[in-house]
Amino acid sequence: MADQPAEKPDRPRPRDVTYLDGISIKPVYGPADLAGFDPARDLGSPGAYPFTRGIHPHMYRARVWTMRQYIGFGTPKETNARFKYLMAHGQDALNVAFDLPTQLGLDSDDPRAEGEVGRVGMAVDSLLDMEEAFEGIPADRVSISLTINSMAAFIQAMFMVVAEKQGVAWDKIVTTPQNDILKEFVARGTWVYPVDPSLRLVCDVAEFCAKHAPRVNPISVCGYHIREAGCTPAQEMAYGLAIVAAYTQLLQTRGLDVDDFAPRLSFNFTCWGRLFEEVAKFRAGRRLYARMMKERFGARNPRSMMFRSLIGGGGSAFTAEEPENNIVRGAYFALAAALAGAQTMALPTYDEAYTIPSPEAQLIALRTMQICAEETGVTDTVDPLAGAYFVEALTNEMEARIREEMAKVERMGGIVEAVKSGAVQAEVARQAYRFEQMMLTGEYPKVTVNRHVAPEAERGAAADTRLELYAFDPKVAEAQVAKLEHLRRQRDQAAAARALGRLRDAARGTENLMPPILEAVRAYATLGEMAGVLRDAWGEHKEPLVF
Amino acid sequence: MTERPLKVLVAKPGLDGHDRGAKVVAHALRDAGIEVIYSGLKRTPEEIVAEAVQEDVDVVGLSVLSGAHLTLARKVLEQLRAAGAEDIAVVIGGTIPAPDAQALLGIGVRRVFPMGTSLPDIVAYFRAFERGER
Repeated sequence: MADQPAEKPDRPRPRDVTYLDGISIKPVYGPADLAGFDPARDLGSPGAYPFTRGIHPHMYRARVWTMRQYIGFGTPKETNARFKYLMAHGQDALNVAFDLPTQLGLDSDDPRAEGEVGRVGMAVDSLLDMEEAFEGIPADRVSISLTINSMAAFIQAMFMVVAEKQGVAWDKIVTTPQNDILKEFVARGTWVYPVDPSLRLVCDVAEFCAKHAPRVNPISVCGYHIREAGCTPAQEMAYGLAIVAAYTQLLQTRGLDVDDFAPRLSFNFTCWGRLFEEVAKFRAGRRLYARMMKERFGARNPRSMMFRSLIGGGGSAFTAEEPENNIVRGAYFALAAALAGAQTMALPTYDEAYTIPSPEAQLIALRTMQICAEETGVTDTVDPLAGAYFVEALTNEMEARIREEMAKVERMGGIVEAVKSGAVQAEVARQAYRFEQMMLTGEYPKVTVNRHVAPEAERGAAADTRLELYAFDPKVAEAQVAKLEHLRRQRDQAAAARALGRLRDAARGTENLMPPILEAVRAYATLGEMAGVLRDAWGEHKEPLVF
Repeated sequence: MTERPLKVLVAKPGLDGHDRGAKVVAHALRDAGIEVIYSGLKRTPEEIVAEAVQEDVDVVGLSVLSGAHLTLARKVLEQLRAAGAEDIAVVIGGTIPAPDAQALLGIGVRRVFPMGTSLPDIVAYFRAFERGER
């Protein structure tokens, strides 16, 4: 063709580019790549079905994303102080990390909790700790993510009682308990009970909140952790959509109308990797979710079809080598999340490979998001990549890959069966190994790891000495244990025992467990006692051992 | 040295649920012709030692990303001694800062693989162990 630039024989050939899901990327895209593309059908307007361009008509021109760093360590008092520090620097929502014993329903004096109390998050043994953590933080004025899953019912109940004591009505509180147990079985590992009773707890929280605390976002479906465990971007979206479909189906089976709970479902996904692949993943995911909720589950309220997402994280994409470079990586994640249409953003901190984040590292992550929002102009117009030949073609290809992965899950018997058999865990492990090989060969580029590697003498542990390592204080455990012993002596024993007895009976039946859990929380039953009652009734999950 | 291939138990002690690293290492060792058993998540030191003894492994490879590595490694080593199985070597990988790596070596851990360790380095270590060089 006459208008094509002539190929010079000495010009270097373009290299091949294939993304993690096998999508082959052309050097140049053009009008032919949009054959059959119908903007009205495939995109719609921002804020309108199928929400490809975003869930709000004016997106960040009306309101910039929420900035929500993940915080929590040591005692509830220390966590409370860090919350207040970040709020004083412009963070408008909290994202609470809990220590592993809390996430697994063990009291701080349980032998299995030794060495873990207050380490990766805040320790919570009873209502008393939640009262301290939120002292001076009005329950109706801050939105609060509670990163907790198998114990979500208990922690959500504790927060509801904290609100009661502050004089705040339940219909005013905006919490987001993560409460996504299926992804814990696939990836994050803080499961306790077998799959079926675990699903019952998830749905008990969702059903109870739909009826009594309508602003609570009762489930945050996390593709994020599955991706961190090794799956591909299309699998991240496909597994997330399969998981939300499973919860939706269970709640409908309980007789709930999809429009009574779906407007409050939300998502937590990552965005590291190839910038446009990530943007395409979210645009395709929003479209698929809207169609699934409308066509398969019969949603009528447009809010039930909106893929509301926390986007960010991606600590696995950060390097231990030259950790300061992670600040730069974080800025690109923020850009990807903004172009992808995030409602909420959270970034990993550059020191994450080494330590519980320092206050300075947290502040840099917060400032990164603020700079992206206020200095770059990325917020000035909605979905600025719409209509780009490459981005629309890639969005279509990602949609096809996501559909294929969802079909594979169906062939495994659906996500619940695939989790029970370990089939989906095996696939994630396979992808993690494949990715590791790609890092070793340099097929997946990573500066300082397989590209531009520093000379031997400059590599290694030196970063440890440049970073402020979190000095874990063993006194945290002592303080928690002392508080627990004091509580067990001071509380009304008969009331606590009665409430635990009622929870035990309820666990054997089919009623919603939130009322007896709330009663036990008010009676200052400990988390370990309440979780133990359910353990006795249901047993523990047996993990399929696949790698 | 016996003729049989090296036998390794890759184990996740404590409460930490991050198993990507453990599974990737287990897979790599298996590909290298080493016999690998994976414990699964949230095993107690007692359970890990019982499995190591029963399976007659040469090495226990612990993976800890929660920060509780010192407590957990110490317990596994104590339990091995109590079981009369101190000939089983213990190595550890995870989120382990340099000062803690020294402390772990001090209590008898044979080798520490901190964050950023490459997979070939880990495989090479086990190969050398198999040849009796470690």
